[in-house]
Amino acid sequence: MAKDLVKTLADLKEKEALEIVQSRLKAGGSPLRILDDARRALEIVGKRFSDCEYFIPDLVYSGEILKQITDLVKPKITKGQEVKRIGKVVMGTVAGDIHDIGKDIVVFMLDVNGFEVFDLGIDVPAQKFVDKIKETGSKVVGLSGFLTLAFESMKETVEAIKKAGLRNEVKIMIGGGQIDDQVKTFTGADAYGKDAMEGVKLAKGWIGG
Amino acid sequence: MEKKWEEMSAKEKRDARFADWASPKLPDGNDLPFQSPEAKAEYKARVQRYKDVIELKKPDRVPIMLMATFMPSYLGGALPYDVMYDTEKLKSSFTKYMVDYKPDYYITPAFAGNGKIFDILDYKLLRWPGHGISKDSTGYQYVEGEYMLPEDYPALIEDPSDFWLRTYMPRAFGALEPLKMISPFTNQWEPVMVGPSVIPFGIPPVQEALKALMNAGNEAMAWIQQIGAIEGGLMSMGFVNGAGGATKAPFDYLADTLRGSKGIMVDMYRRPDMVLKAMERIIPIAIKSGAGGATMQRNPVVFLPLHRGADGFMSDEQFRTFYWPQLKAVLVGLINEGCVPALFCEGSYNSRLEYLKELPKASTLWVFDRSDMAKIKKLLGKTITIAGNVPAGLIVTGTAEQMKAYCKNLIDVVGKDGGYIMANGTSMDDGKPETVHAMIDFTKEYGVYK
Repeated sequence: MAKDLVKTLADLKEKEALEIVQSRLKAGGSPLRILDDARRALEIVGKRFSDCEYFIPDLVYSGEILKQITDLVKPKITKGQEVKRIGKVVMGTVAGDIHDIGKDIVVFMLDVNGFEVFDLGIDVPAQKFVDKIKETGSKVVGLSGFLTLAFESMKETVEAIKKAGLRNEVKIMIGGGQIDDQVKTFTGADAYGKDAMEGVKLAKGWIGG
Repeated sequence: MEKKWEEMSAKEKRDARFADWASPKLPDGNDLPFQSPEAKAEYKARVQRYKDVIELKKPDRVPIMLMATFMPSYLGGALPYDVMYDTEKLKSSFTKYMVDYKPDYYITPAFAGNGKIFDILDYKLLRWPGHGISKDSTGYQYVEGEYMLPEDYPALIEDPSDFWLRTYMPRAFGALEPLKMISPFTNQWEPVMVGPSVIPFGIPPVQEALKALMNAGNEAMAWIQQIGAIEGGLMSMGFVNGAGGATKAPFDYLADTLRGSKGIMVDMYRRPDMVLKAMERIIPIAIKSGAGGATMQRNPVVFLPLHRGADGFMSDEQFRTFYWPQLKAVLVGLINEGCVPALFCEGSYNSRLEYLKELPKASTLWVFDRSDMAKIKKLLGKTITIAGNVPAGLIVTGTAEQMKAYCKNLIDVVGKDGGYIMANGTSMDDGKPETVHAMIDFTKEYGVYK
């Protein structure tokens, strides 16, 4: 039974996956086990995305199915679920830029690969990154940006992190739209990832796991 | 006797459109006066250069076009806020940029948009300087939303114009929300219906919406006269407008305009038939929109910014089901109308290139951003005209020397034997004088064909 949910969700069979969840809940099955299966299914989705078997619409759709499963299961959960995480990452789209599709994909991929991600959202001022690094002790920071104005914002964010005395504590990766190695050098970041998989690889390389 | 338009072949129509393009007119129908015989010769040479590369012939030199929204005014000394609210500033900055940099073609200053019109109508699809983003921002930014809901598909498919008027407009423009109260104009079929069908126009909020439209119309009239004056001035100096009309891929109509990325992506799984039917309805609308602009502007080029078909945004199977056949139908429709579709491919399209082989030869222009240019030249050099690939990162953060080296490689590899336009691959909002000058000046010198 458990295997079924993992496979059906990983294969993006929405109706069947929801039916399985409902019948398991009806039979008194553990809601935490259901969520754990869903998490394993999304790991497979992430893996297939890395292998170019799945594309952005598949990620979005899997997220939509997951949301429905969570809605069904949540009322039945009494205590929080402990998930082992391999490291913390602060992510956000830099100041002035309100684009989120690319950033959300990286957050999704980091999450299914075991990272605890603090997603600051869009149009994030440099100081907010600094504050979150201090608060969480994250070792990796991801700066996203779609527009060319993001180059300057990224540079300012890297400088703010430096000014706060945190530059040696964190590794900074950048990505999105028009980012390339040239821009990486300009901003003073440690690395540029051309896609979400690169982002995961970079974070893993820095944190391990 | 001259052939009637509908009796002409696609090639004859295109030649006629190119001839119109080469002889610009004033709004009153008279010939546009050039500043000098040299300016006139320059103008005609630029149109000819464009025609040559589209026909995959070797022009006199590599043509140059910079894809941009606010970069011209930025380099001409004005911020987007200034030019969106003050057409005098748009005129002075845009003209200064063209005179200082002298690329062959410009992207119409109308692309800057008009802040007052957006304000009056309370446009929801954008945030622009002073409205949702900072006044000194370098551009406007899109806001994705579900302006069409999943249950709206049947209404869109049944009657797209009615759907646009009574459902889309009220959602996309705050000031036009009351338009949802009017009844379909197709209700007007006999005297008994005349009175009833105009009742909604007596409702005060509907009247407010109509007033907003009229106010926006007044602004638009003043604005377009200025745009016309700017462009007339540029043409009289010998510069050429890079596009006449604009349209989109049917999938992008649904994805960017109506359903939003997330909505359309989920629709491909949950209601694929509806998506396909809706696009069938949009195809003729997209062709009409693009060709209409080309006719009005006396310029054969129809600009199509592509969005959701890029690598990674869908699988190959989805591309060949939901994106390519409908886009191809629009392209063929435009070509049959004598237009030159110019496709703007931001991001990378490496996994889509094989499909382009299906296109009629020497009929389309493709501006690439981060795709593999050498591969494109080899695979498609005898089918399509290629443009682009100068990176935004290089323009904004690079040096003149780096730019020259980059352009040299593009001219050597992609420009070999013609069929290439030097361009960047993304719509720039800012730029660096040093690199932009280097890109244009170097191409004029090194890009001459012997």
